[in-house]
Amino acid sequence: MIKAPVRRIIPHSLVDGPGNRTAIFLQGCNLRCAYCHNPETQKIYTDNSSTEIEWMTAKEVFEEVEKNIPFIRGITLSGGECTLYPEFLTELFTLVQKAGLSCVIDTNGSIDLSKYPELMEVCTGVMLDVKAWDEKKFKRLTGGSNEVVKKNLKYLADVNKLEEIRIVCIEDEVDTEDILKGIKTAIGDKIKTTKLRLIKFRNHGVIGRLKDANSPSDEYMNGLKEMALKIGFEKIIIS
Amino acid sequence: MTDILELVKSQKLTYEQKVLSLAHAAEDTLDVLHIPEKTQYYFEQKAIDNLFEGNAPYRPRYILPDYDKFIKEGSNFLQIDPPKDLDELLYALMILYRHVPSITSFPVYLGNLDKMIDPFLEGYSDEEVKKKLKLFLNYIDRTITDSFCHANLGPEDTRAGRLILGVEKELQNAVPNFTFKYDPDITSDEIAELALYTSLFCANPAMCNHKLNMDTYSTDYGIASCYNILPIGGGAYTLSRLVLPNMAKLAKNIDHFFDTILPECLQAMGGYMNERIRFLVEESGFFESSFLVKEGLIHKDRFIGMFGIVGLAECTNILMEDEGKRYGQDEEANDLADKIMHTINDYVNTFPAKYSPISHGRFMIHAQVGMDYDKGITAGVRIPIGEEPKNLSDHLRHSARFHKLITTGCGDIFPMEITARNNTSAMLDIVKGAFNLGVKYLSFYEENGDLVRITGYLVKRSEMEKYKKGEVVLQNTTHLGTSNYENNNLKDRKVRRI
Repeated sequence: MIKAPVRRIIPHSLVDGPGNRTAIFLQGCNLRCAYCHNPETQKIYTDNSSTEIEWMTAKEVFEEVEKNIPFIRGITLSGGECTLYPEFLTELFTLVQKAGLSCVIDTNGSIDLSKYPELMEVCTGVMLDVKAWDEKKFKRLTGGSNEVVKKNLKYLADVNKLEEIRIVCIEDEVDTEDILKGIKTAIGDKIKTTKLRLIKFRNHGVIGRLKDANSPSDEYMNGLKEMALKIGFEKIIIS
Repeated sequence: MTDILELVKSQKLTYEQKVLSLAHAAEDTLDVLHIPEKTQYYFEQKAIDNLFEGNAPYRPRYILPDYDKFIKEGSNFLQIDPPKDLDELLYALMILYRHVPSITSFPVYLGNLDKMIDPFLEGYSDEEVKKKLKLFLNYIDRTITDSFCHANLGPEDTRAGRLILGVEKELQNAVPNFTFKYDPDITSDEIAELALYTSLFCANPAMCNHKLNMDTYSTDYGIASCYNILPIGGGAYTLSRLVLPNMAKLAKNIDHFFDTILPECLQAMGGYMNERIRFLVEESGFFESSFLVKEGLIHKDRFIGMFGIVGLAECTNILMEDEGKRYGQDEEANDLADKIMHTINDYVNTFPAKYSPISHGRFMIHAQVGMDYDKGITAGVRIPIGEEPKNLSDHLRHSARFHKLITTGCGDIFPMEITARNNTSAMLDIVKGAFNLGVKYLSFYEENGDLVRITGYLVKRSEMEKYKKGEVVLQNTTHLGTSNYENNNLKDRKVRRI
C-alpha cells in the first residue's frame, strides 16, 4: 500500500461535513492562500524529514478510524490538499465504505477529479472551495489558477458528488457575487439542492498577506446570503 | 443542641430550609433502627453511608406517582376532578406536586410531562401554550426549591415536547431536571436534535437510553432525582451506598479486600437497608395513611431498595497503587474494577431484599453520584475529572462497559464546546453510537453556560457565587453544589472540543 503524509487525525469533528466525522488532515498543498488558517500543512514533503507528520498506509489510517465506530457517520479528508494523493484516498475510501461509513473530500478543487473515476466511485461527496471567480483575483489570493476548479465544479455537479460549495468571504478581496453567479452558470438548477457555506473570514492562525485583515461584518454576511437567495441558492449556511 | 440553635439563627438559610433542617434534626434524636456492631463499625469508617436519610424513615426516599391515573380520575382527597382542559390540568398537577413527599420533602418526579400535556393542546396556538407552560414551569422552579426534581420527555415526538423544549431554552431554570427518553425506533431525529440543541443552552434535557431501560420493571419506568430509573406508581424506599475508596483504605491488600472487607460491607449494607425498609413499611404508618396509596397513585409492592456504589475509580486506584495502574486508563485496572462490580452484582442477585416484589425480592444497583462532603471520590463508575481519555470514543466505550451492571441509574456528563450548537446531528451520532454500545444515560452542557450539572442535578454558577458570598439563595441544592463543585474540581471536566 502507498503511504501518505498525515498531519493529524481528529477522532470526532463537528465541523467537517455532515454529522459526526473523523477528520484526517494530509500534509502538503499546491496553493498558497493569503488567508490559509493552517499554513503548517502547506509544505509538501517527499521524505521523512519532518517529525510533525506520519507517513501512513490507508490500512493504518483505517485502523484509527475504526476506533471511532459506531460514534461517527463517516470520515472527511482534508489538508493541506488531500487530492494530491488520489491513490491513497481510493484505497482508504474503499476500506471505509466497506465499514458502512461515508467518505467526504474537502478540497481546493485544483486537481482534476474527473481523471480519477475510481476515487469518485468510492467517494460519497466533495466539499469544494471556490475561492474566487475572476482569474486574477484567484491568482492574487492563492498563487494558482482556477481553471480546474471551474471544471471540477461542473464535473462534480454532473456526477452528483457535490456535497457542499464553500466560499471564504472577505470584502474587496473575494468576488463573492461573481462566484455565486458563476456557479449558477456552471451548474444551473443544481444550486437549489447544493449546500452553500458562506464562511466568514477570521484571521485566527493566518500568517499570510491577510493576517491583519478584518472579518466581514454580520451585515455583510447577511447581505451575501440575501444575494445568494436571489440568485437561486436555497440551502445556505453562514459559519 | 448547639447545632439546632445554629440552624435557628442561621442567616444563610431561607425559612423553608430552616424548617426542613429542624425536622431532620428532630428525626435524628430517635433511635429506632437495630444496627449490628459490625455495621456500626463500617459506618464509623465511612465505608458505608446512609446519605443522611435520617434515623427513623417515615416516607420513601423517592416517589413516582402514577400521574396518568391522577389525570384520568382526579383525587378525592385533594378534591380535584379529572382535568378537562389545559388550565385545569396544569393547576391539578401544581396542587398534587405539593403533596408528593420524598427524602428532600419535594417531589422528585413530575411525570412524563409531554405525554401528559399533549392531549390537552387542541385549540390552543403555540404562543398560548408557551405562555401557560412558562407560568407552570416557573411555578415549579420557584416553589420546588431543590434540583433533585425531575421531569421526563419522550420517546415520542410530540407538539407538547417541542414546546416544552422551546420554553426551557428561554427560561434557563435549574428545576426541574429534564430527561428525554430516546429510542431511535420511536424518536424522530428532529426532536432528538432539538433536545440536544436545547441542552447546549440550558443543560436540559439529558438523554436516556429508552431501549436499555424500558424493561427494568414489569411496570413503566420514570427517571427521578439524579438519574434514578424507578417504577411508576412506586419508587425507592431507600438508598445507601458503599463508599468504595474508604473500603479499599481498610484493606491490607487486594485479597483482603475481596475476602473480608467487600463481603462484610455488602452484608452490613444489605442488612441495614432491609432494616430501614422494615421500619418504613411495618412501623412508620406511611403506607397506611398516605392518600397516594389509598387512591392507587402508588403501591407498596412497586418500591425497591437502591444499592448505591460510589468511587469505583479511586477504589481501584488504591488497590492498584503498587502497580501504578489507573482506572479508565489501564486495562488491568479496568479488569479489577469489573471484578469488583461483578462481586457486588453477585451479592445483590442473591441477597433477599424485604418488601421488593417489583425487583423480584432483590436490591438494585445504583451508581450514586456523590455528596457535597465527598472529597476525591468520583461519582459512581465515572472516570475521575482530569483523567478522562483523550478520545471521546474510548471514554464512551468505558462507560458502556461499566454501565452494564447498574440497573437503577447510571450516567455520564460531557461539557461541550459552543460550536456543537451548529451541528446537533453530530451530537446525535454520538448518542446513537453510545446507546448502541450499551451506554445507559448521557448528559451534555455548554462549557460556559450558567447552568452546570454538578453530579446529576443542575445549579446556576451565578447562584453559587451568591452563596459563597454568604447570601441566602432560593434552592438548597446550591448549597450542595457549591461544595461539590469545588471539592471535586468540576470546572476541570474535560470539555469535548469535537
